[in-house]
Amino acid sequence: MIKPKLHAYKKPAKVSEYPSTVAFQGGHLVSMNSGWRTFKPVVNKETCVNCLRCYLICPDGVISKTEDNKVQIDYDFCKGCGVCAHECKPNAIEMIKDGGEA
Amino acid sequence: MEQKRVFVSGNEAVALGVRLSRPHVVSAYPITPQTIVVERLSDFVEDQSLKAEFLHVESEHSAMAAAMGVSAVGARAFTATSSQGLLHMAECVHYASGGRFPIVMMNANRSVAVPWSIYGDQRDSLGLLDSGWIQVYVEDAQEALDMTIQAYRIAEDDRVMTPYMVNLDGFVLTHTYEPVFLPDQGAVDAYLPPFKTTNKMDLDTPRSLCFSTTPEDNMEFKYIQHKALLNSVNVIEEVDKSFGDAFGRYYGGMTDSYMTDDADVAIVTLGSVAGTVRTVIDEMREEGHKVGMLKIRYMRPFPEKEMIELAKNTPVLGVLEKNISFGYEGTVYTNVNSAFTNMENAPKTFNFVAGFGGRDISKDDVRDMFMELIENKKDAKRVQFIGMGCELDV
Repeated sequence: MIKPKLHAYKKPAKVSEYPSTVAFQGGHLVSMNSGWRTFKPVVNKETCVNCLRCYLICPDGVISKTEDNKVQIDYDFCKGCGVCAHECKPNAIEMIKDGGEA
Repeated sequence: MEQKRVFVSGNEAVALGVRLSRPHVVSAYPITPQTIVVERLSDFVEDQSLKAEFLHVESEHSAMAAAMGVSAVGARAFTATSSQGLLHMAECVHYASGGRFPIVMMNANRSVAVPWSIYGDQRDSLGLLDSGWIQVYVEDAQEALDMTIQAYRIAEDDRVMTPYMVNLDGFVLTHTYEPVFLPDQGAVDAYLPPFKTTNKMDLDTPRSLCFSTTPEDNMEFKYIQHKALLNSVNVIEEVDKSFGDAFGRYYGGMTDSYMTDDADVAIVTLGSVAGTVRTVIDEMREEGHKVGMLKIRYMRPFPEKEMIELAKNTPVLGVLEKNISFGYEGTVYTNVNSAFTNMENAPKTFNFVAGFGGRDISKDDVRDMFMELIENKKDAKRVQFIGMGCELDV
């Protein structure tokens, strides 16, 4: 999966450097967005069967496949909604209080 | 070029102009007095004389939302509305101009409730003057048809990319039958090329459209939008000329003046009442009164340059409009006066507020206005309600 890269935001020096309409290339992200998360999903690699159900249903598209088809979660953009944990058939995803996982 | 002549109403003239412009989608909700536009276009789609999708939407809000979707895939969109319908879609009206979607919309100028009224005045569209749309006000069915075609040329121009509202006075224009020259389809095809834009959703170059901004960037986008509206003045003038060259009808661009060259006083107005004013000018000129008229064609962008030119030679002006901004004065009057802000000898101006909810503006009313300007009494009221028919004792 092609994940958008973070680009540092730079305020244009001239107004002519802005897009001429309110449109820009898709997936241009300038900041991380996960600050309102209370719980984070953590995948138990032992229990996970790689069915990719979570990958399909994640509303924010932050679950991706590694090259060997294992799921991984992008915590820079995960909002902690818990849909993946709720839908995971083998219960391989656990919601853990953010910051309390250590 | 030989052009066929047809006998049609203002609404039908708009529908014919739309068919000649080949939109991909018409999304609209019928409302008096615009209904015939929607009915005719639906007939054209049914008989396949217009190869387009007709979307029977459930509201005007949806009509404009759908039109934005159409434009956002690079297709040509048309919609039409009036009065309450225009106000119901108001959220999307701003959205379309901010998103820079060159949608063309016909608006049948009609009063705004309450009192409920299906009849004409201009309080609906003037209430959305700040919505970022180009606004033209036409005088007859021919101008309505021609401006519908010009609208796409202007709106879709790279320098403009702004939606365009064609305003027709409800009933007076929408329901009056007139002989109208119908341009040839081949000639219109040559004049109006297919819509091309990069401001669209595209699988090959995925783009994010109509995005949010933080306070850091919002104002820049609004400045760019403002500049596009200002730039559209040149495009409007170019298109008026190229349309005239192609079809033989020139409208004067931003304004149309009548006998202003040597006028001592002039009425500035917009829409169909300009026809009545012309007739009164002809009569009063025969009696020796040097009177004239400047017809505002475009309210946005505003004909500031033309207004200043008029004021240089005409010391007393009256602004006649079917509108009031309650608690102050007519919005057209405010706009006209604003053009004179930095003039050394600004003209004396009066505001004639008239014609609400379908009330006639008679030749006698217009004559009275001209006499008021000629007399230019010191104690004359700045804002005057015309044709009230009863004493204003409160």
